[in-house]
Amino acid sequence: MSRELEPLSDPGLPEHIHRKADHDPRAAKKAERQVAILFSFSAIGTILFIYSYVAIDTSTYIFLPILGTTNAHELFLGLGLAMALFFIGMGAVHWAKTLMPDHEVVDVRKEQRSADEDRAAFVATAKEGAAVAGLGRRPLIKRSLGLALGLVGLSPLLLLRDLGPLPKNELEETNWRAGTRLVTDPGDRPIKPSDLEIGGVAQVQPELPAGRKRTLEDIGKDSLLLIRLRPEDFNLDAERLSWTHEGIIAFSKICSHMGCAVALYEQSTKHLLCPCHQSTFDVTRAAKVIFGPAARPLPQLAISVDAEGYLVARQPFTEAVGPSFWERDSK
Amino acid sequence: MSARERVAGTVANYVDERTGAAKWLKKNLKKVFPDHWSFMLGEVVMYSFVILLLSGTFLTFWFDPSMREVEYEGSYQPLSGLKMSAAYASTLHISFDVRGGLLMRQIHHWAALIFMAAMVAHLLRVFFTGAFRKPREMNWVIGVGLLTLGIVEGFLGYSLPDDLLSGTGIRIAEAIIQALPVVGSYLAYFVFGGAFPGEVFIPRIYTVHVLLIPGIFLALITAHLMLVWYQKHTQYPGPGRTEKNVVGYPLLPVYMAKAGGFFFIVFGVTAFLGAVASINPIWLYGPYTPGQISAGSQPDWYMGWLDGLVRMAPPLETHAFGHTISWNILIPGLIIPGIMFTGMALYPFIESWMTGDKREHHLLDRPRNNPNRTALGAMALTFTLVALINGGNDLIATHFHLSINQIMWGTRFGIIILPPIAFVITKRICLSLQRADRDLVLHGRETGRLVRLPHGEFVEVHEPLSPEKAFLLTQHEQREPLQIADTDQSGVRNPQGWRGRIRSRFSIAAQEQVAKPTPTEVKELEHGHN
Repeated sequence: MSRELEPLSDPGLPEHIHRKADHDPRAAKKAERQVAILFSFSAIGTILFIYSYVAIDTSTYIFLPILGTTNAHELFLGLGLAMALFFIGMGAVHWAKTLMPDHEVVDVRKEQRSADEDRAAFVATAKEGAAVAGLGRRPLIKRSLGLALGLVGLSPLLLLRDLGPLPKNELEETNWRAGTRLVTDPGDRPIKPSDLEIGGVAQVQPELPAGRKRTLEDIGKDSLLLIRLRPEDFNLDAERLSWTHEGIIAFSKICSHMGCAVALYEQSTKHLLCPCHQSTFDVTRAAKVIFGPAARPLPQLAISVDAEGYLVARQPFTEAVGPSFWERDSK
Repeated sequence: MSARERVAGTVANYVDERTGAAKWLKKNLKKVFPDHWSFMLGEVVMYSFVILLLSGTFLTFWFDPSMREVEYEGSYQPLSGLKMSAAYASTLHISFDVRGGLLMRQIHHWAALIFMAAMVAHLLRVFFTGAFRKPREMNWVIGVGLLTLGIVEGFLGYSLPDDLLSGTGIRIAEAIIQALPVVGSYLAYFVFGGAFPGEVFIPRIYTVHVLLIPGIFLALITAHLMLVWYQKHTQYPGPGRTEKNVVGYPLLPVYMAKAGGFFFIVFGVTAFLGAVASINPIWLYGPYTPGQISAGSQPDWYMGWLDGLVRMAPPLETHAFGHTISWNILIPGLIIPGIMFTGMALYPFIESWMTGDKREHHLLDRPRNNPNRTALGAMALTFTLVALINGGNDLIATHFHLSINQIMWGTRFGIIILPPIAFVITKRICLSLQRADRDLVLHGRETGRLVRLPHGEFVEVHEPLSPEKAFLLTQHEQREPLQIADTDQSGVRNPQGWRGRIRSRFSIAAQEQVAKPTPTEVKELEHGHN
């Protein structure tokens, strides 16, 4: 099918070139000594390793250029181990290269496929086996076996069911209720608007009922960012503006993209940036996404103050916080 | 007979009388392995796997895979008294209070990076030399499986310490699970035993990391090596090397000494890195809490391309019929990687379909002699590299004083524009190299020696190539594109339909070559010169 071009003639394996150590006993002796020296380096490495383990205190720190301040115990332990291992390898390779036979050997290669008669015999055996088992003749057995095997595969899946509870609508809920006080994180102290200067940012959590301990699951949903701007800096519709209090605006800190903490606030541009995938949100426009892969603004929480002047939530979040999920819009 | 020989004889006799292994051993102890530096890449993978098993076992003796809250009382003062998970506290304990613990942790992490890097390098070697061709397609598929598992295993491994950085990675993994249509939130609740982060994922991924995946690794690596053994290693072309033979050194003693020695060299280098190069200093990150994050959050490099894809995804979400589909997560996080890895696994079959080549191949290709494949590889690599660059866009931005927006838009366009450009350029380079080879064979090597002839003409003296070199440059086969019949016997036009047309186009692209010199051409030229 092809006009295959002939290669130039194969000159065959190049002639073997002898190494010095092959015929010169002095060179061979020298190579032997070199191998021995390499192996001895390894032994020295192990001695260094043992010495470091026993004699260098674990709290010894030394300063080295490039590396900086380093734990001397771990450093010399590692250097000893590295030396011990590396030089065994170098010795063995040097030995193989200088003293072991370096004649290239040619071995024949057979095609992978078996001889035709073997293949025919194999097919015959397989057919005979199938015929003896009689699956083809006994459809009832075949079908019931198929059913049984199909069903038995379900049981491990079923057993995995108890890995976790059903989500119900937990993904939509947080601990923010109407009247929940905003408390500092860490510290759990309620805060007043005056605690936050213009341009300031604070991370807050909802005050939990007495005796209830804050879990990481709570923090994963409740974390809130408070940012105080000059009220005239906002570019919000009337409803969202009414959710702010004296220039303080509150957003969920959990990124609407993949749930990372949106922790970088740039005061000059009033942008919030998520360090994971660089979604950027404009604080003045209700955390509208202005860059990056996030598709939704950070949910905003409506806040005001209670009778004692402490900041509280006016209502729960009106949408689920955090990354998207299938049932998110089904409320 | 010396005492030593007698003992060896006795042992061999003891083994053989109980296993009958002598016949197999006599043949296989002398098994021939071709020698080439690039064949060591796969060895590095295997040796780093052994290092991972050894150092990992050491770490399990102290690591406590639990999310139980404890108060840190170890010797690292800055975190003293802080509440954290037992997993994080025990990792600190290994790092500061177990002698050699930090060293072993760093060896383990470095070995994992070397494991993945060597695996990718090995994969590229196998791809660009065509070592995956029949009969080795199965081993290629196993290799793709190992790479996929390696990425998962590495990710789970660096997630175990439960520090702020790794917890952020787990949070992202949870968001990907949660984004799956229909079953997402259920699956996420099953995996995490309830709301994120819960208290079960560290013990669960621990079992997967130390038992399940290493077990599959062992099985697959064994199958991989048995196939290499059984099919005999491929070899580079050259004088005396054919499809019917294998030229190299016998296993005993040369290969045993070289390969065994090389294991110690790899281990030694890894230990050196573990000693001097600090990696994943988890004590600087602090314990995980979902409300905090460190700037410059980065996955390890083998996950970086995936993170880069997620970062550059356009903000697309569908909200319809009361349901949300996050394309900004699904496309970069699942669909594109799925296409990449499926395509990679299927490539041997695709290539054999394109070229119609169903024969066995044991001689490797020089990459230039298969311009189409080399160009496809360069294209895939470019795609992945652009994604990887965007995975580090925040660090690149701070180092090179660029804005993240510039890098993001650059890579968004780059990932579409650059791969085809890489394809075209690589293919042209390959063809140019073929042309250079052709000139070399026909006209010999330029010596740079100018000679003035009696009648005043200047000529450069060309030195003829050695027969070995000339053979190497012309030994490859050049096939014609497939002839897809326009009409079959009964006169039906284009019997294979659109598939035939596509195959024909691919085949023409795959067989684009610069004709290599033939013996006749060489002879003619020689006569001409005389």
